[in-house]
Amino acid sequence: MRTMYGTRVVVLGAGIVGAACARELALAGGFQVTVVDRGGAAEATTAHGEGNVLVSDKGPGPELRLAQLSRRLWPEALAAIADGPAGSARAVRAVEWDPKGGIVVATTEAGADGLHRFAADQRAAGVRAEPLDAAALAAAEPHVTRDHTAALHYPEDAQVQPAAAAAALLGDALAHGTTLRTGCEVLGARTRGGRLTAVRTTEGDLAADLFINAAGPWSGRLAARLGAPVDVRPRRGDILVTAPLPPTVFHKVYDADYVGAVGSSAEDLQTSAVVESTRGGSVLLGSSRRRTGFDDRLRPEVLSAIAAKALRLFPGLAGVPVMRAYGGFRPYVPDHLPVIGADPRLPGLWHATGHEGAGIGLSIGTARLLRDLVHGTEPEIDPAPFRVDRPAVLGAPAPSEESV
Amino acid sequence: MSPRLIRAAADATGRRPDRPLHLTVDGEPVTGIAGQSIAGVLLAAGRTSWRTARSGAPRGVFCGIGVCFDCVLTVNGAPDVRACRRRAVDGDVVITQSRADGSTDGAAGGGRMTLRQVVVVGAGPAGLAAAASTLAAGAAVTLLDAAERPGGQYHRMLPEEYGAARPGRLHHGWAAFERLRHRVLGHPRCTWLAETAVWALERPEPGCPGPPLVHTLTGPADGTDRPRRTLAPDALVLAPGAHDRVLPFPGWELPGVYAAGAAQALAKGERLAIGDDVLLAGSGPFLLPVAAALLEAGAGVRAVLEANPPATVARGWARRPWELAEQPGKAAELAEYTALLARHRVPYRMGRTVIEARGKGRVEEAVTARLRPDWSVVPGSEVTVAVDALCVSHAFSPQLELPMAAGCALLRSPTGEFVAVDGDQLTSCPGVYAAGEITGIAGAPAARTEGALAGWLAGGGDPAAPALRRVRRNRDRGRAFAARLAAAHPVGSAWPGWLRPETVICRCEETDYGALCRTATEEAGAAPRVTKLATRAGLGPCQARICGPTVAELTARLGGSPPGRPADGLPVAAPHRRPLAQPIRLGELASTPDHPDPSEPDTKESTA
Ligand SMILES: Cc1cc2nc3c(=O)[nH]c(=O)nc-3n(C[C@H](O)[C@H](O)[C@H](O)COP(=O)(O)OP(=O)(O)OC[C@H]3O[C@@H](n4cnc5c(N)ncnc54)[C@H](O)[C@@H]3O)c2cc1C
Ligand SMILES: Cc1cc2nc3c(=O)[nH]c(=O)nc-3n(C[C@H](O)[C@H](O)[C@H](O)COP(=O)(O)OP(=O)(O)OC[C@H]3O[C@@H](n4cnc5c(N)ncnc54)[C@H](O)[C@@H]3O)c2cc1C
Ligand code: FES
Repeated sequence: MRTMYGTRVVVLGAGIVGAACARELALAGGFQVTVVDRGGAAEATTAHGEGNVLVSDKGPGPELRLAQLSRRLWPEALAAIADGPAGSARAVRAVEWDPKGGIVVATTEAGADGLHRFAADQRAAGVRAEPLDAAALAAAEPHVTRDHTAALHYPEDAQVQPAAAAAALLGDALAHGTTLRTGCEVLGARTRGGRLTAVRTTEGDLAADLFINAAGPWSGRLAARLGAPVDVRPRRGDILVTAPLPPTVFHKVYDADYVGAVGSSAEDLQTSAVVESTRGGSVLLGSSRRRTGFDDRLRPEVLSAIAAKALRLFPGLAGVPVMRAYGGFRPYVPDHLPVIGADPRLPGLWHATGHEGAGIGLSIGTARLLRDLVHGTEPEIDPAPFRVDRPAVLGAPAPSEESV
Repeated sequence: MSPRLIRAAADATGRRPDRPLHLTVDGEPVTGIAGQSIAGVLLAAGRTSWRTARSGAPRGVFCGIGVCFDCVLTVNGAPDVRACRRRAVDGDVVITQSRADGSTDGAAGGGRMTLRQVVVVGAGPAGLAAAASTLAAGAAVTLLDAAERPGGQYHRMLPEEYGAARPGRLHHGWAAFERLRHRVLGHPRCTWLAETAVWALERPEPGCPGPPLVHTLTGPADGTDRPRRTLAPDALVLAPGAHDRVLPFPGWELPGVYAAGAAQALAKGERLAIGDDVLLAGSGPFLLPVAAALLEAGAGVRAVLEANPPATVARGWARRPWELAEQPGKAAELAEYTALLARHRVPYRMGRTVIEARGKGRVEEAVTARLRPDWSVVPGSEVTVAVDALCVSHAFSPQLELPMAAGCALLRSPTGEFVAVDGDQLTSCPGVYAAGEITGIAGAPAARTEGALAGWLAGGGDPAAPALRRVRRNRDRGRAFAARLAAAHPVGSAWPGWLRPETVICRCEETDYGALCRTATEEAGAAPRVTKLATRAGLGPCQARICGPTVAELTARLGGSPPGRPADGLPVAAPHRRPLAQPIRLGELASTPDHPDPSEPDTKESTA
């Protein structure tokens, strides 16, 4: 399988997950990496969400372990990139890494009980979760509602500008010999002896030893085109952007409902407030979760619901102008866990996808895990929960081009 | 000299004696007169700037019509109010804003309706004509405009408070406009919604025919707690017009540098002259009415500079000169302006433009230079001129956010993108018509004809009606005229030669040309959306209305935008995409719209 240049790898998708995987493999040595994308790099889901790098929203389990690994790797990776060739320090500055910490606020008694229980479990799993009394909360977030029943501070939560983060990871991969091909859509597979040996693309065939499906919410479609369907679906999220404000929000502040919405699969609209400021002064107000396929129509009632939830946390923002709304599609698997590993049905095909609303944060840990699996070295965390041949991934009928 | 108000006694419009009103601005009393916008009050009081950008640089009025968001301030506690749009009210407490230190302190819906319901957005020449012919076709029309009074940019009306006895003195075709306005607004099947902005269009479910739902806010510009409405028309006519496209040059962000339309709007709409030593530069016949309005207002005009050399202009017009002659109103109007310039000894120079503005805290001098046909500067031809105001307009930029939100296909032309329409003014979206400057720049008469056609067909009028033949013919002439205009006044491709690395490209976020160049040439970050997030160019309060087309052009030239297929569901990065067509306050967004009961006839808001 090895050529004189090493193992040839083609990463399918240049979002943040593909970028992180390309970088890990390029740095590992022994791989000749190409990243392909039908559009431009990092401009799909990665540029249509937010950049929270969170441990606070995850209960004990495999996703939290992946989040903790990622949280440790982020500052290391950014420091390493900044030391790279000319221009990379600027690329890292653009990432706007900010370990500002998260604050979760409950506004009902039931919410407070749930939050305290959740935090106790998290602490047992090694997450720092510090209760804030009313005075401490007011000091940390002077504009947050006084009508709260509980508040917790998660000092490990951080934030990046996601498109810049992907560009920095990809730029580092390119600096380490990776090739990027944009405007190149993967159409289908070429197999020999049951093994994936090349992908057909709009720019001709691309042969390689390994292919990594990192096509985000389109991973299900792409995998179906390659003949090995996985059940990754889109879940729409919308975000509001305010006009630039003087400093008003200092942490990532979200309501305790968030914890419930992430793990739920309901079809209909769910919203929970996530409020954070950006370096430009705008405040981002998220977000919603809807399963509507790839329907990107603006829905005023969804924006209204987000606005109402945000005002419950920050009533003082009522007079602030909202100047933009945008949204994207979270790549999600019915059991809400990413898919990372080799596809047992089609040798040569690997998957790194299904990160739902956490792919920015989890990208870097995912890439490390994938590298170890490709190498055959013992990963730092148990990869079994993310394996491809689990019922949630292979269970459903293959999504056709039309149905997702 | 500073901008100043024309004295009522000397005002040709026969304005009534001023009724003073008092504001406090940052705690200081400032006196204005009833009818002025807050920007008008401040300019007349001698302030050319009142906001500071992130870098601390001073800012004031630039576009004058609510597009650039440069003039925002806090009014009665509500931040980010566009001063050029907001009428001053006695007792207003105004606080200026700064981004530097981070301190602001500062319908008729539905299926049960038997009568066909048409919503017309924009009451300029195109929209007003559309409403009239919708009524003629027998349908009901809801005409709405963000402004308080109809007329659009062309027939910008004086505020009622000015009590002008002879408002028509400032306008061409005023009597006809007045007749039309009264006929439309007074019609029993017309609902006129003044001060009503469309903030969103909601497309129907895929597969469902019909135009989008229209979401509106009614109240003073950038007010608070404005009621929301949702209109569900059978057909929609979009006529939101255009604004000046100003290309960046060093110093264009200085107070005292205005988009030409701002000078026009302030003179026509507020009787304010922006300066005494004014230089006009750019391209196109629109510079002439601006010069005329400034002269009428008593301002000194140093010169009018047309960037294109005589050969380009002549070639553009001369190939089929009868097409110009067949826009009768326009030809006479242009002749009149030319005579006026001659009378005032204002030189009209071709092949020359402003390539730099200089000054401390405001414009004090302009550097002009001779241009080659591609707008590259002839070395050594630079001349420095002392000015107290500079007006610039290189082209027009259609307001495309509503058509894009509706899902209308655009047409790329050498002068930019416009809404694609068929011979019936129908866009690519069922039930959505487009008229006026959003389909091409050809002036008010052409906008009117397009509106008349669109309104008739939107209202269910017979497409084969005999009277329509003439309308269609005029419309076709209007289109031909637009093509001539574009050929005679192109934007030369070498204009980026004026730029320096430190020249501001995005006025809102103060992104400079150097930053744009650096980012667009980085392979991993070259996608337009990624560049935008990294440089912030286009992310500011105006949402790329001002910088968008320029940034798109520059990044494409820098080798930025890679080819490729857009991802399903995700819109392509486009300079005119603004899903929120107007800012809406969070509290307003959280409130529920009132859905008027469709079984009840709409109450008439006003018949002003
Ligand atoms: C509203 C919203 C808010 C979010 N907030 C957060 C947050 O705060 N924190 C967080 O960690 N995550 C967040 N996310 C989730 C995060 O954005 C995603 O998990 C992440 O971007 C997924 O990255 P990706 O690389 O897998 O997918 P993408 O970025 O979508 O990349 C996939 C790439 O594959 C390409 N592709 C697809 N099909 C083909 C094909 N056939 N051929 C070639 N190329 C193809 C696409 O063009 C695309 O560039 C949010 C998401 C949304 C929508
Ligand atoms: C500032 C300015 C001054 C001009 N002055 C002249 C002149 O003196 N002579 C000349 O020949 N040409 C002038 N022009 C050119 C002028 O645009 C056209 O001649 C003519 O007015 C175009 O007509 P229209 O109906 O297409 O658009 P407009 O006249 O621009 O009318 C569009 C209307 O739509 C409204 N609107 C837009 N968006 C929304 C929304 N989201 N919600 C609600 N309402 C909305 C606006 O308030 C406006 O009233 C001027 C242009 C500008 C920008
Ligand atoms: S000029 Fe306003 S966003 Fe660029």
